[in-house]
Amino acid sequence: MELTDIIVKFILVFIIFAISLVIAMYSTYAERKIAAFFQDRIGPNRAGPWGILQPLADGGKMFLKEEIIPTNASAFLFIAGPSLAIMTACIGSAVIPWGQKLTIGSHVIDLQVADINVGVLYIFGVVSLGVYGVMIGGWASNNKYSLLGAIRAASQNISYEISMGLSIIALLMVTGTLSLRQIAEQQHSWHWNILYQPLGFLLFIICAFAETNRTPFDLPECETELVGGYHTEYSSMKLGFYLFSEYINMFISSAVMATLYWGGYNYPGMDWVLAHTGPAIGPLIGTAVLFAKIFLFIFFFMWVRWTIPRFRYDQLMDLGWKILIPLAIANIVITGIVITLIK
Amino acid sequence: MEPLSNKRKVIEQKPLNFLERAYLPAIVQGLAITMKHFFRKPVTISYPEEKREFSENFRGMHSLKRDEDGRERCTACGLCALSCPAEAITMIAAERKPGEENLYREEKYAAVYEINMLRCIFCGLCEEACPKEAIYLDGDIVPADYLRKDLIYGKDKLVEAPLNQKISFIPLPNSF
Ligand code: SF4
Ligand code: SF4
Repeated sequence: MELTDIIVKFILVFIIFAISLVIAMYSTYAERKIAAFFQDRIGPNRAGPWGILQPLADGGKMFLKEEIIPTNASAFLFIAGPSLAIMTACIGSAVIPWGQKLTIGSHVIDLQVADINVGVLYIFGVVSLGVYGVMIGGWASNNKYSLLGAIRAASQNISYEISMGLSIIALLMVTGTLSLRQIAEQQHSWHWNILYQPLGFLLFIICAFAETNRTPFDLPECETELVGGYHTEYSSMKLGFYLFSEYINMFISSAVMATLYWGGYNYPGMDWVLAHTGPAIGPLIGTAVLFAKIFLFIFFFMWVRWTIPRFRYDQLMDLGWKILIPLAIANIVITGIVITLIK
Repeated sequence: MEPLSNKRKVIEQKPLNFLERAYLPAIVQGLAITMKHFFRKPVTISYPEEKREFSENFRGMHSLKRDEDGRERCTACGLCALSCPAEAITMIAAERKPGEENLYREEKYAAVYEINMLRCIFCGLCEEACPKEAIYLDGDIVPADYLRKDLIYGKDKLVEAPLNQKISFIPLPNSF
């Protein structure tokens, strides 16, 4: 690898990191604004025009809050929890292809940090690591509510990871590859995987809601029963990290869903656009399309949050084990039969 | 029991059918409902900049009135304080000196007149009790403040501005 390549990769990593954080920041604002619109309110509008400086004000507030580590908490783990949560949230974006290869002059820039051939597995690994942040935090707080929240998070994530994995298997049978780049390339123009795997996508998005602990599956931080759930004892920026990691997770899982099922950076008529704008601009339009899809998904996450009440815990487990897993297996079987019949 | 009104409705609890148990149709319905609200005009307003119209008999901050010649009407009879259920009003009476006839209408006036806005329940009984038509609750909402002592309003805040300083004033007949 040449030096310029390494520098380009570093810049790309930096940009993606910055974008993730900015999107997470503005998701908090969007969440409040969208919640307000859904509830016929105006929403935050004091900090800056239309309240767009609200996230900065919130961040500043978080930093100025008192840093509390409970006496009976294990200090190291207490700090490790949120750090791990935000770290796993941030590294998920490494394998997502943000666009087609960009050609500037003689340079070919790959808009993907790491094109590993087991991209899907990597995402799964990161997602299952994510629960450790929550678990360690809840355990280290030495508080019954935190612990209950952490246990809920762990069992919920494990249950839904199974059906998520099974729904992915059906997709992999269609694509025949684990590399996210190849999966994205296969969906050229309008051949999006959602057309072949509608049920798989439905299962995947339900599991994505559960994995990111979003309503209706936000039992780990269920305020009505568990005070604040796993982050009851957290204050200051450590709490901020947990909230941030939730929003980054939402962003990353939106990106994954867009890439796996909704064509990633592909859009109908992309060849024509590419031919008319050249290889330096064209791929960036694809990136913009991908981001538009991601924002739609983030909006959908919020839309669902302000529509559906939270599940009861036994309902959650029923849904996960008795409905989603059989459905996912049925989906695999049907996909298999259809593939054999077509061949 | 015999129904006392004919409003009683027998509610049947049917077991959920398949579609209802499948969650998804209900969720889609819910999403449609919230989406309708998304585009609806907000029912809230940005309060201090925008204000709702008050009803005609809205009871807001008190004002101590002046008569046609700009003299304070209050004669410190204390009826308002007596009628006040929240005991929010206190006053100290004083006698009008010669030469102050243009300031106070009666021979006795309130040298100090204080209403504790934290106690006041805006019932309007003071207004009703006043024999001199000196106090009306025709002001705005009492603004918030940081200190309790700042919410005890004295004459400086309660007494109407003198006639010649009035900005929007409906001129009474024979007032000048
Ligand atoms: S409005 Fe009622 S509570 Fe307030 S000062 Fe008058 S009498 Fe007292
Ligand atoms: S406001 Fe009216 S009731 Fe109260 S002391 Fe003055 S004159 Fe009497």
